Amino acid sequence: MSILAAHRREVTSDRLRVTQLRVIRSEWIKFWSLRSTVVTLAAAVLVFVGIGLLAASMSASGNLDGDAPRNPIDLSLAGRDFAQLIVGTLGVLFMAGEYSTGMIRSSLTAVPRRVGVLWGKTVVFAGVTFSLMLASALIAFLGGQQIMGDSGVLLSDPGAVRAILGSAGYLTGAGLLGLALGALLRSIPAAISVYFGAMFLLAGIAELLLPDSWRDNIGPYLPEAAGAAMGSVSTRGDNDLTSWAGLLVFLAYLAAVGGAAAWRLKRTDA
Amino acid sequence: MIEVHELTKRYGSKTAVDGLSFTVRPGIVTGFLGPNGAGKSTTMRMILGLDRPTSGIATVNGRAYADHPAALHEVGSLLEARVVHTGRSAYHHLLAMAATTGIPASRVAEVIDIVGLHEVSRKRAGGFSLGMGQRLGIASALLGDPKTLILDEPVNGLDPEGILWIRNLMQGLAADGRTVFVSSHLMNEMAVTAEHLIVVGKGRLIADRPVDEFIAQASPSTVRVRSPQAATLHHLLAAPDVTITSIDRNVFEVAGLSADQIGERAAAAGLILHELSPKKPSLEEAFMALTHDAVEYTATAARPLAAAGKAA
Repeated sequence: MSILAAHRREVTSDRLRVTQLRVIRSEWIKFWSLRSTVVTLAAAVLVFVGIGLLAASMSASGNLDGDAPRNPIDLSLAGRDFAQLIVGTLGVLFMAGEYSTGMIRSSLTAVPRRVGVLWGKTVVFAGVTFSLMLASALIAFLGGQQIMGDSGVLLSDPGAVRAILGSAGYLTGAGLLGLALGALLRSIPAAISVYFGAMFLLAGIAELLLPDSWRDNIGPYLPEAAGAAMGSVSTRGDNDLTSWAGLLVFLAYLAAVGGAAAWRLKRTDA
Repeated sequence: MIEVHELTKRYGSKTAVDGLSFTVRPGIVTGFLGPNGAGKSTTMRMILGLDRPTSGIATVNGRAYADHPAALHEVGSLLEARVVHTGRSAYHHLLAMAATTGIPASRVAEVIDIVGLHEVSRKRAGGFSLGMGQRLGIASALLGDPKTLILDEPVNGLDPEGILWIRNLMQGLAADGRTVFVSSHLMNEMAVTAEHLIVVGKGRLIADRPVDEFIAQASPSTVRVRSPQAATLHHLLAAPDVTITSIDRNVFEVAGLSADQIGERAAAAGLILHELSPKKPSLEEAFMALTHDAVEYTATAARPLAAAGKAA
């Protein structure tokens, strides 16, 4: 055995090394080998498509209140606000789950440079989520417009493709924010609390505490508003960001949290 | 080869590892011994780059763990803490680990067979017993066919058959020329497994020497003698460098003379011996004697309530 083992070592040691591509493959295996991940992802798709179709059919039968958005594009993509809850949770689970189970110690002994694990997870999560959410957005849009019949619009209508791409991009970003928070806080409950707080409570708090003039200037830059600007056609207020500005603002949030997460991963004991 | 130089780890005001230096050589099993809380796990985690030392360095085969391009191929490790996602199967856990370094999937199947987890490899690791979890940990350690193995309390949770299996495995790996560094708080287990011992207490090095020497040095061996003529024999053996302790009317223990010497002198004087047995101190006793002052949590005898009342 000893001779064989030694021989094998000679032969393979050149080929055995950690590369970013291999870490991505490893994260891909990890992602798909947990039933919870797959179930959560399926739930996000169902909610995104299902609520969009429901909103479209309610609009078609005239059951919507006066206040609800009437734009047929936004109506068909109405599931986005609910899907972002699920996708964000999935992001948190994908990263913070490693800490809650102790798996992170295995991951870091295999990839002792550490930050490659975070980039690997980011690539896999972004790739999978964007593809699935893009497909879901497309299905929700096409199905929704079909249901709305005459009041529906075509894919070639102004804003349609932007709203579909923007929605998929925003949901991916929201999930990545959850992932980065999971890496930064190393705890599922803490990361989910902060994620929900940032996405939903912040706007309410701003509404309550800030004077009107401030609110109008700050409100559009809050994470949820900036993200929504990526995929919305109708406007909410006078100071709404454009899709591109929304994308940039959201990327800035991601870079800040992701950077802090990478720093903590690199510097502190696992 | 593992080299640890002046390694120190402090958590706030508490020092877990205190200026530890030692070398672990290839080709033998080296035991890392110490009472609970002595800093064994912390030291191993620092060698593996999981914890950052407050000061000092640890290298494996001349490089810091994180500087090896294929760490899994260089060092296989088993930690005492939980290291597996409970929702993932053993097979996928190993497959994901292997993928990071380009280890082929065929090797995953191989290590699953080596540790005997074939039947349950597709089941969730969360449902594993302690012993099965330990076998999965060994499988991860062997995955990269590493030159060095660092195993923290590997016999934890294993049944006697499993303990024997892992003992043979470790000795086989060492005979292969690999470095095997294994921690334990079970002295008797180390006595039969390890060839060399590194003993720590309260984060400091207490001893670094071969197992045989460790036992011999820790406490001298004695000879138990039983004879109907015990008193006469006492006088015969008495000498300045000989200690005789009476155990019973006809029984005593001698330190400072070998069983051969006692037997020969008794025969020369025509005295009857009913028993003449050399008593080797166990590793357990040697360890207790050595680490007596370095035990983190010592049970102190409770003061009788009445006495305490009077004192107050």
